[in-house]
Amino acid sequence: MLTTYDTPDQRNLLDRTGQGIIGAPLDRPDGPLKVAGQAPYAAEYDLVGCAEGVLVGAAISKGSIAAIHRDEVLAMPGVLLVLSDKAMLRRPAQGGAAQAPAQDVRQIDYHGQPVALVVAETFEQATAAAKALRIDYDDQSGSGRFDPDALDFAPGEEPTVLGDIDEAMSKAAHRVDETYRTEGHASAAMEPHAAIAQWDGDDLTLWGSLQMVAPNVKELADSLRIPDARVRIVAPYVGGGFGSKLGISHEGVAAALAALELQRPVRVTLSRQQVFETVNRRSETRQRVRLGADAGGRLLALGHEAWISNLPAEDFAEPVTQATQFLYGGDNRYLAVLKGEITRLTAGSVRAPGEAVGMQVLESVMDELAHKIGIDPIELRKRNLPARLPGQDLPYSSRKLFEAMDEGGAAFGWSKRKPKPCMTRDGEWWVGMGMASAARVNMMQPASAQVRLEADGRVIVETDQTDIGTGSYAILGQIAGEMLGCPMDRVEVRLGDSRFPAGAGSGGSWAASSTGSAVFRACESIRIELAGRLRIDSEALELSGGIARGAGKEAPVTRLLAGAPLERIGRIKPGKTADNYAQASYGAFFCEAGVNAFTGEVRVRRMLGAFGFGRVLNAKTARSQCLGGMVWGIGGALSEELQFDPRDGRLMNHDLAEYHIPVNRDVPPIEVLLLEERDAAASPIQAKGAGELGICGTGGAIANAIFNACGVRPRHFPITPDKLLAQLPDPFAEIAS
Amino acid sequence: MSENCAARLTVNGSPEDFLGDPRRSLLDFLRLDLKLTGTKKGCDHGQCGACTVLVNGQRINSCLSLAVMHDGDEITTIEGLGPASALSELQRAFVTHDGFQCGYCTPGQICSAKAMLDELAAGWPSAVTKDLTSGPIPSDEELSERMSGNLCRCGAYPNIIDAIRAVMQAEEPA
Repeated sequence: MLTTYDTPDQRNLLDRTGQGIIGAPLDRPDGPLKVAGQAPYAAEYDLVGCAEGVLVGAAISKGSIAAIHRDEVLAMPGVLLVLSDKAMLRRPAQGGAAQAPAQDVRQIDYHGQPVALVVAETFEQATAAAKALRIDYDDQSGSGRFDPDALDFAPGEEPTVLGDIDEAMSKAAHRVDETYRTEGHASAAMEPHAAIAQWDGDDLTLWGSLQMVAPNVKELADSLRIPDARVRIVAPYVGGGFGSKLGISHEGVAAALAALELQRPVRVTLSRQQVFETVNRRSETRQRVRLGADAGGRLLALGHEAWISNLPAEDFAEPVTQATQFLYGGDNRYLAVLKGEITRLTAGSVRAPGEAVGMQVLESVMDELAHKIGIDPIELRKRNLPARLPGQDLPYSSRKLFEAMDEGGAAFGWSKRKPKPCMTRDGEWWVGMGMASAARVNMMQPASAQVRLEADGRVIVETDQTDIGTGSYAILGQIAGEMLGCPMDRVEVRLGDSRFPAGAGSGGSWAASSTGSAVFRACESIRIELAGRLRIDSEALELSGGIARGAGKEAPVTRLLAGAPLERIGRIKPGKTADNYAQASYGAFFCEAGVNAFTGEVRVRRMLGAFGFGRVLNAKTARSQCLGGMVWGIGGALSEELQFDPRDGRLMNHDLAEYHIPVNRDVPPIEVLLLEERDAAASPIQAKGAGELGICGTGGAIANAIFNACGVRPRHFPITPDKLLAQLPDPFAEIAS
Repeated sequence: MSENCAARLTVNGSPEDFLGDPRRSLLDFLRLDLKLTGTKKGCDHGQCGACTVLVNGQRINSCLSLAVMHDGDEITTIEGLGPASALSELQRAFVTHDGFQCGYCTPGQICSAKAMLDELAAGWPSAVTKDLTSGPIPSDEELSERMSGNLCRCGAYPNIIDAIRAVMQAEEPA
């Protein structure tokens, strides 16, 4: 079987395999361990003689270390080591880098950057010594660039230019040309980054909190200048990632260096403040969107320009216009992302890089246009879905956007929306409804997995794929169980160990469709072997409950195995289907929001998301992914904002008390509709990405509900009360009708 | 800071002696000394609730409390509620309703929910209780408000409420 995925697999094999567990809303197999506190996360392995390391952050924004007063803290109780060297990381690796990021912490690129590691017998001793460590700096902070509006911007990639947008705008019957802002975001996974390192001779084992084990091995080995084969990474349970653990970061390399020096295991956990200050942020954005439509509401002009930032020498540029490329029509287009170099912590992937903030803004501007034209926002979108990918003339693989808007709207009660603002009042609250499209590009990544059918009929799946809360344990087990006719309690999934074949890793919503396809292919290979032993054609084979059937023949699988296990490795990587089709997951958000007429406070009252991302592999975990994405959307719309000191680029709100992620009471009842879809171009299991779709446009639906409620058009996210208050209508005015 | 301090605690029903650095938090005593790593460290500053345990039946952030302060106290952690092989009703409901994704905030959520239900039964008011004399009505808003000290970045909040609600309904007298 070819490794590359070149031809859409239209067989829909998983629909007729017979076990009946694919897509079922089964409980997570890892659930009991997690709710009992028995699932071990990175910092929780009990190694004899483990020393504790605490990192020290830079007190300047730019410059170098002139002197480090090691002796003072080495004299403190329990202190074993003070490290500050050229191998330590000063930035985290970007996702998929597979090589060392910027090293040498004696140079300082941003405020709070790790500059030293203090190791002691106990955590308290190391913490006290880290606080006491005196460092003299050659302070060059004065040459830093701290104002994101005053950077030298240059395009990261060539802008997309089609036709003449200026001319089209000038001829448009209806036009909107507005500039929006979004503030920076933190992933803020609940488990802080942590690592325990232990050497056995030249071999390193690292228990880490990481999303992509195979590239992480290369990043760690490269950082330490040792062969990849000397590094083992173990990460079976990861307490959330959201992009922040795609690449290795400071704690892993520091722990490895200290463990080597001390010849004993060392644990390094980032404090919550260090997680905020030193791991990837999502860049703030300034976005200009131009929409020009003819009298019938069809787009003639589509412009989307974004200004974002990163540290010097970082290639990553928040791909703000990613979904704008394929979502709507408009023959005259100008799309560009411009990056400026800033003296702030590294910008990188935070859940749904690009769409999370790009769709939020695009969908707000679409609402502005619908309001100007005076048509329903759903109708405007329907009139502007292109038949083929603009500019590249490619077909869409599968797109459930129409269905999502129709079915979602019906379930939500969209027809009850008032066409104009300020028409519904509930006590102190203006109430309104808004909607937005959901869109997120679909990507397959190379993946492999091993499946073993044991002689007793049990199934073991092994891959270095991680489960960061996404449901990998559940869905990979369901694919294997479905393909091999084995109930879930006889399937075991082993993840997150670099000794297993390399999965796709958890990122870019690709884990399920990529690693899932690798499991599928391994199982298919086993099915072909079993069919041969039953002397039937594999297409006729049905496997369920441990029995193989087909062409009038039947045998227990264990008899076909005859006492020996069957083991196969499945592999997949993107091929021609990735080039020949525009692939994305789609959906629609509906939101009812209240705006306090006196204070400007916004409360989301209820939400609904309808999504199509190909085959649903587990309806329970898929729904949870969508829910979680929409909760992120509430945060990005209303409260999440990294605040930097304009004088030195220091992150001022570096903890969970000051950076406001949604809490339980911020989240209203949310309904999720999963649409039936098979996308054969996306993967042989006809599944696409689900993990990020729920955040890609949510904020737009919330902003549009706010406009519909009170008539104020928010153009600066997060929409905090101060941004609405001055423009709110007279709270005592008569309600329009 | 080098003089050791001592305390005797009861943890999940077993007597445990603390002898060590007075700076050691209750959280680190549980995780590092007793190897009870079910209690999680999410922020170490009382901002996230991942470290929630029960002290004499009441929920606290164990990161904001020193081990040495708990001489004579009874501590219950997630390990004391039930192992994976014999889950309590609340733990089982979190699995059934998918009240978690990554699982890191989950032990704290469950410990918090357990104490919250007792607070509700005892008639304690919250910020959203409308009538202080007749006691709280266990609306979704009451449950959400009372669970808002436990952050979940995966966004499982609606499922967490569903899980708690299911346990409340199961315990209601027929």
